[in-house]
Amino acid sequence: MASDAFLEVRDLRISFPTDDGLVRSVDGLTFTLERGKTLGIVGESGSGKSVTSLGILGLHNRRNAEVSGEIWLDGQELVGASPDTVRGLRGNKMAMIFQDPLSSMHPYYTVGAQIVEAYRVHNRVSKQVARKHAIDMLGRVGIPQPDRRVDDYPHQFSGGMRQRAMIAMALVNDPELLIADEPTTALDVTVQAQILDLMHSLQEEFDSALIIITHDLGVVAELSDDVLVMYGGKCVEYGPATTIFEQPEHPYTWGLLGSMPRMDRPNLDRLSPIPGLPPSMINLPSGCAFHPRCAYEPRTGGLATTLTPELVPAAGGRHLVRCHLPAQERRRIWTDEVKPELEA
Amino acid sequence: MDEHHGSAQAATETRPREALLSVRDLQKHFPIVKGILRRQTGAVRAVDGISFDVHKGETLGLVGESGCGKTTTGRLLTRLVEPTGGSITFDGRNIAHLRQGRLRPLRRDMQMIFQDPFSSLNPRHTVGTIVGAPLRIQNVKTEHGVKRAVQDLLKLVGLSPEHYNRYPHEFSGGQRQRIGIARTLALRPKLIVADEPVSALDVSIQAQVVNLLDDLQHELDLTYVFIAHDLSVVRHISDRVAVMYLGKIVEVANRDTLYSDPRHPYTVALMSAVPVPDPARRDRAQRERVLLTGDVPSPINPPSGCRFRTRCWKAQEICATQEPPLVPQDGDPDSHLTACHFPVGRDDEIKGRRSADKRLG
Ligand SMILES: Nc1ncnc2c1ncn2[C@@H]1O[C@H](COP(=O)(O)OP(=O)(O)OP(=O)(O)O)[C@@H](O)[C@H]1O
Ligand SMILES: Nc1ncnc2c1ncn2[C@@H]1O[C@H](COP(=O)(O)OP(=O)(O)OP(=O)(O)O)[C@@H](O)[C@H]1O
Ligand code: SF4
Ligand SMILES: [Mg+2]
Ligand SMILES: [Mg+2]
Repeated sequence: MASDAFLEVRDLRISFPTDDGLVRSVDGLTFTLERGKTLGIVGESGSGKSVTSLGILGLHNRRNAEVSGEIWLDGQELVGASPDTVRGLRGNKMAMIFQDPLSSMHPYYTVGAQIVEAYRVHNRVSKQVARKHAIDMLGRVGIPQPDRRVDDYPHQFSGGMRQRAMIAMALVNDPELLIADEPTTALDVTVQAQILDLMHSLQEEFDSALIIITHDLGVVAELSDDVLVMYGGKCVEYGPATTIFEQPEHPYTWGLLGSMPRMDRPNLDRLSPIPGLPPSMINLPSGCAFHPRCAYEPRTGGLATTLTPELVPAAGGRHLVRCHLPAQERRRIWTDEVKPELEA
Repeated sequence: MDEHHGSAQAATETRPREALLSVRDLQKHFPIVKGILRRQTGAVRAVDGISFDVHKGETLGLVGESGCGKTTTGRLLTRLVEPTGGSITFDGRNIAHLRQGRLRPLRRDMQMIFQDPFSSLNPRHTVGTIVGAPLRIQNVKTEHGVKRAVQDLLKLVGLSPEHYNRYPHEFSGGQRQRIGIARTLALRPKLIVADEPVSALDVSIQAQVVNLLDDLQHELDLTYVFIAHDLSVVRHISDRVAVMYLGKIVEVANRDTLYSDPRHPYTVALMSAVPVPDPARRDRAQRERVLLTGDVPSPINPPSGCRFRTRCWKAQEICATQEPPLVPQDGDPDSHLTACHFPVGRDDEIKGRRSADKRLG
């Protein structure tokens, strides 16, 4: 059935056959996003965040990736659409700021040439006009002396400048859906504040939808309307940002909040990381993929080790959680055990 | 520049610890060449005269604006590039201009963890080859063979030994960074310059790696220069912190002093920009943020006098004519140095604070 939402992802599955077995990077992901809204995606490294965003942009090579499910963007389905259709939308209606600015910029072309190219693919304008636009974009993302640096090669830029050039390239066509994969990881906080500000005001100006993927829970808290938490290719918790930060119900989310050093709290002698290793995506643990690292697993009466939990409604309205702990028990653990520990 | 020297030494005297590394007036200018004749038309003054010590066993945090020269500083310290001026004294010897051959033994003692986990790993080599390379190149004896040593290193950084035969492209960003860290740790160096080592990692693995770096430091008496933009992580891990702006160090102090009592206007702006992981407080945090406006200056022709003056709300005439020396300010301990004519006081009203909906200038 077609979708009314601006972006709706339904039961998205992306896997890679490898010599060692099938890597199920994204395993049944469902979410929606409206125009003008921001979704923050957080989660374990390797949990499938980047694979998801590349999937939405249709950037997986169908020869080595198996993609199924539905992706509806503004009434158009993308998983089954022709490569040409998706290519026409990419860089125009939807754009992405990649996690890895160096390998997504071509080393042999100047930064300016690459932005000009990105602009001219979708706009019939002269090179001069496009170059002016490129310089303007570089200035807007805070590159000093953009008219001079426009002719630099990527290696002549610092890490953060490359990141900003990438952002300029992604924004050059005023996309309606912008996916930003760790957009500010390489940036210092003052530039980060400016970039987030810039994305926010562009979002307001064009009423675009924004997906921001980041490990920085501070950035997520600052930007997102909704938050989706991923673990082992699945969504484990999903809801409004305030709820996820104030009333989280999944033990993995508790672990995330607990392992982060915070400037607004006294310094800790030692951080408390989630114990254990991230799961192997080929042999995901049985039952709840998080169970080998979960301190509360024994309280599920053996369920967590055998049965995959469903994504079910949590305490408040739109809040979903995937955990075998009884609902009351989850809320009690958060209020009585985890929250006091975090605020100690 | 003499003041510079005096104060850097004063700082070491209050801390009777041995400097493993000392740099004085360190400078790296990259030439800008134009045309087929490759005529030099100017220079990027990436690092423009910095002096500091790193004591044995400590962690010096290095923070600052994107493009201010942190990575270049790290590459200078580990002699991946040659400085255009100044000295680098490591373990008692000036290594600023050592030739390649002479540098090789030094590579064992100082290692760099790179900012970009993607381009620093050879895509055609397996993880086992990558992490084991330093052991093989330097012919290190291992108790149970190189493979075992590499698998132990992989476990140490939170990867699984079964990753030994896989290739970098099969890993996520965070996983690749851990491969780089494992490789760096292989030779158990004395000094590690870590350039944004945990910024590609999710917070949980980040916490593991930070704890790991902590443990290794205690066990092996490692010294770290820790470059990062995440001020919460820097606060957690550093003993002292240096703040850079456009090729210069503008403030350096003990960790707690710097965070509780920042004196340089740029440091104050930096601290205020840290996002707070609390959606309920985001409006307040945004209101109190010092958003830096004004032209972002270029290291090709930096502003005269104080380089921060084009964006500083305290700037006055003298700031354009005289470069402020990096010295202890009134009431500060000798270990707290600030390069500013009008340092921020504890109870200052911060006039630069403005609402966050101001766009980039
Ligand atoms: N081309 C590929 N072939 C095989 N496995 C792959 C491929 N691309 C990704 N993967 C695997 O898919 C999983 C998800 O990767 P992805 O890059 O989406 O992680 P991520 O959540 O973005 O992590 P990070 O936060 O570290 O960037 C990982 O386990 C990764 O090893
Ligand atoms: N090989 C080079 N040639 C020319 N200019 C360079 C070169 N390497 C660095 N630069 C310039 O030197 C300045 C400092 O760069 P550097 O990479 O040290 O910054 P950084 O502080 O590490 O920034 P970031 O936080 O963004 O990584 C930048 O203006 C950069 O463009
Ligand atoms: S010296 Fe002047 S311009 Fe520079 S930081 Fe201090 S007050 Fe601002
Ligand atoms: Mg990723
Ligand atoms: Mg850098």
